[in-house]
Order: sequence, then C-alpha cells, then structure tokens
Amino acid sequence: MFPRPIEHASPAVRTGYQIFLPIALLIWLLPLLAIFMTSIRPGGDINAGNVFGWPSNWQMIENYAAVFQQSKAMTYLWNSVKITLPTMIIAVGLSCLTGYALSAYRFRWAVPLFFVFVAGNFVPFQILMVPVREFSVKTGLYDTITGLVLFHAAFQTGFCTLFMRNFMKALPFELIESARIEGVSELKIFWHIVLPLVRPAIAALSVLIFTFIWNDYFWAVVLINGDDLLPVTAGVRSLNGQFVNQWHLVSAASLLAAMPPVLMFFAMQKHFIAGLTLGASKG
Amino acid sequence: MALSPWLFLLPGILFFAVYVIAPIFQSIWISFYEWDGLGEKYWIGLDNYRELLDDDRFYTSLKNNVIWLILYMLAVPLGLAIALFLNQTVTGIRLYKSLFFFPFVISQVVVGLIFTWFYNPSFGIVGKLWTFFGATPPAILADETLVTYGIIAAGLWPQIAYCMILYLTGLNNVSPDQIEAGRLDNARGWKMLWYIIIPQLKPATFIAIVVTVIGALRSFDLIAIMTQGGPYGSSNVLAYYMYETALSEYGYRMGYGSAIATVLFLIMVVYISYFLWRMYQDEKS
Repeated sequence: MFPRPIEHASPAVRTGYQIFLPIALLIWLLPLLAIFMTSIRPGGDINAGNVFGWPSNWQMIENYAAVFQQSKAMTYLWNSVKITLPTMIIAVGLSCLTGYALSAYRFRWAVPLFFVFVAGNFVPFQILMVPVREFSVKTGLYDTITGLVLFHAAFQTGFCTLFMRNFMKALPFELIESARIEGVSELKIFWHIVLPLVRPAIAALSVLIFTFIWNDYFWAVVLINGDDLLPVTAGVRSLNGQFVNQWHLVSAASLLAAMPPVLMFFAMQKHFIAGLTLGASKG
Repeated sequence: MALSPWLFLLPGILFFAVYVIAPIFQSIWISFYEWDGLGEKYWIGLDNYRELLDDDRFYTSLKNNVIWLILYMLAVPLGLAIALFLNQTVTGIRLYKSLFFFPFVISQVVVGLIFTWFYNPSFGIVGKLWTFFGATPPAILADETLVTYGIIAAGLWPQIAYCMILYLTGLNNVSPDQIEAGRLDNARGWKMLWYIIIPQLKPATFIAIVVTVIGALRSFDLIAIMTQGGPYGSSNVLAYYMYETALSEYGYRMGYGSAIATVLFLIMVVYISYFLWRMYQDEKS
C-alpha cells in the first residue's frame, strides 16, 4: 500500500493525521456547509451580516416549506423524475442490445461501429444543438418531456454502449459459444445467459445515468420553452430570479435540487464508483 | 446468424444516428448559411468563418477555452494528492472518501450558485475572509481579469473529486510486491511515488486526463449560472458564446452559432482521435 500505512508511523504522526482529517474535510466542503447554514437561518440574518454565526432562529422547516409554497419546486422535481427515469431505462436497455451485438459477434463492422458510439459520446453538445432543436420543432417534440427524454436516451446510448460492450467482452465467451452449439436461439442466449451476468453493469450504469441526466441543464434550456416542464436544475435557475436577495430560500432550493443524486450515490455507492472508474485500474 | 448482430444493433444505431451522428454533419452544413431558425436559409459560403476571424468576442472565448484547458488540468495532480492523503485504513476513512467525492455528484448549476454566493464580496466567504484581514474584498465575478479564474476554481472543485476517485481505485490496484521491492531498494517518499507508483497509475491518469479535457471544453453550466459570459463577454467560452449567438436575446443566428460550434468540435476532434487511437491499440493486443 502506498503511502505507507499510518499505523506504522509514530504516535505523533498518527494523532496528527486523525486531527487533520476532519479539518481537511471541513475546508473541502466549506462552500457546501456555508450554503446549508444559509438555508436554515432567517433571511434577516444575512442582511445583518450574520452569515457564519449561530442562526438567530432555526427555521429549517419554515425555509424549505416556503420554497415549496412560494415556487413551483414540486413541479420541477417531479419533471426531473419524469425525465430521468425513462431516459435511464431506455439508454441502459438499448445498450444491453448494442453491447451484446458488439461483443458477442465477430463481424467486420463491430469495431468501427463501436468507435462511432465512443466518438459520438465525446462531442460537444453545441455541435448538436441547432439540428436537434430543429428536428424537435418539426416533429412536435419541442417543449415536451418526451422530446427531451428521446434525445437524452439517444446521446447516453453512446456512453452506455462503451461501458456495456467492455463489460460483456470480459464475460466467459465459451458459455455463449457452447449454448450456440446446443442450438439455443440468440434471443434466448441474450435473455437467459447474458442479461443475468451483466446485472452489476446495469446497476452501475443506471446510477450514473440517473446522476448525469438529473444534473443536466443545457438540454433542458434548449429543448424546453415554458416554465411548466423545466427540470429542477433549470427550475432552480429561474427561482434564483424569483427569490432575489432571499438567499436563504435560494440556498434551500439549491440543496433540494442536489439531494436526489446525493441520496442515490450514498445508497448505491459501490455501483456508482465501479461505473465511474471502469478502466481506471486495468493494466 | 449474420443478420442477428444487426437486429440487436438496429434500435441503438437508429437512435444514435438521428440524434447524434446526423446533427454533427447538419451543423457543419448550417454553418455555411445565414439563418434565423425560422425563415429561409441563405447560402453564404465561408462568410460566417470570415466573420469569426474579425470577432473579438470569439477570440476572447477561444482564449478563455485555452485557459480552461490548462488550469483544469490541475485537477489531475490535485486529485492524486487528495487520493494519496486518503489512501489509509483508519476508522471512518470510507465515509471520508465518500464525503470528499461529494462535490462531483452535485449538479453544476448548484455548484455555480454555491460559488456565486461563496464569492459574494459583502457576505460570501471570500468577502468575510478579506474583511477579516482588513482588506477590501474583490468582486471576483464582476472583475474582467479575475472572473474566468473564479469560475474555473468553482469547476475544479467537482473535477478534483472525480480525479481523486479514479486515483483511489488505481491505488487500490498498485501491486504490493513492487512497493516492497522498491522499499528494499531504499526508494521512499517522492522517489517511490515517481518511479514506482505513478507508472502503475497510468490507466487512471489517462482516464483522468480524458475526462478533464472534455469537462474543460464542455464548460457551459457554470458560466450560464455565474456570469452569463460577462462582464462584457470577458468570461465567455466557445460553448457559451455559441449558445448566446444562436439562442438567446442576442439574436437567433443559427448559422453563425453553428460555425462557432464547428470550431469547438474541431478542437474536440483532436482529443477524440487520440482517445480512439489509444483504444485501437488496446483492441489490437
């Protein structure tokens, strides 16, 4: 292990490390703590210059309730759910199919097609913006949740295919081969042999896509026009205009928007990190 | 048998072609037109690109993109430093690692709002800190020379967390034998890190660089939230400038916007090609 495990160090170093660890964390998360403290104090505190001190009045519940009462926060959150979950299901589902095709068959187009998916996944959003918007307007998908979901799902298919194909490539190929020799149909092989084996990849991808899509801002602004269909990221932005100088409410709304991916991360941490660090350790 | 891979591929390819591949070419095509997004398109050849060459805002954005690319790279060594700091087995370290990773999970919109508040000269932390030392706090986001650095610092926060998690995974897989062998050869500290650990972290470093470059060139959310490119366009980057020209109150110049997007795309193509080339080498072996 590197660096040398701290247990082997002198007691002074060990204690020093134990003390410094929480201090470092505190500094690292200072911006977040500041906004949390702001979200639970009365607005008057900030104007009075009390930003870091003890809140003059603890009003966590009041502030967060006020966000829901005075804004469309609930609508925005629900829109985010309606955008995120279907995207996750479509993108992960499609990539199970593409990943299987690109890993379990040897045909001339397998590698070039795989590279197209990988390359497409890296392009800047702006090169897609004008045509995707025009396409959505023409097909009546502009300013609809369906339109946003379809785009997100298509774009994420690139990343998901990269992930799935590499994951499936590492599966025991003999298993598929012998099933084929037995005469099992391709669809049955996929359904009964491959899918159960890629469950960890499905879990990892699902949490990643959930986070990516929940946190999207750009496409929501480009493909949604009205106020009623905005996801919570864009919603928080417009709340920022509505709650001018009411920093306690802006802070509370921001933390609300940030919450779902955070909870997802803590609940599925192992899968999340496995997904994010795919390829970071293989030689 | 020859048909079955295509059946599995069909839905994915169709989707990807309509929404990702075709639009790339359409954008390049539109960049040769003057178009307001609604009416007729007028073919103007290379005029949009000629206009770019004389556009100060374009150069400012391009310059800022370069600054982003360079400074964003700090996320890689800083992520490694935090990973080395946290790669211990004391009680509660798992929770510490998760909490250090926290900023990456938060939406960039929220990061932008947090840092706008953080930088506020009258009641943000920066303001308080400067006042504490008796200095006049700088209005970072209103200062043409400081603003880009302020936004990059905000962007580094989640990016460092991302690199950190990549390196923590990498460090987990460093071979203990080689470390032992290194220790026997009296390699320690920096020497050990440089000659034995970092070479083994190469896959993590590669991914960290790739995601950081892409993150730097994709920077949009933070700028949209924190400054909208201001003051006077001084914090603009290509991604935001493109959006501003094509889809905001500044007008609907789809053709000109597409030309900016094409430039950004060409910069990205350099990195994509390098990445694909690396992957191709892996595939062959």
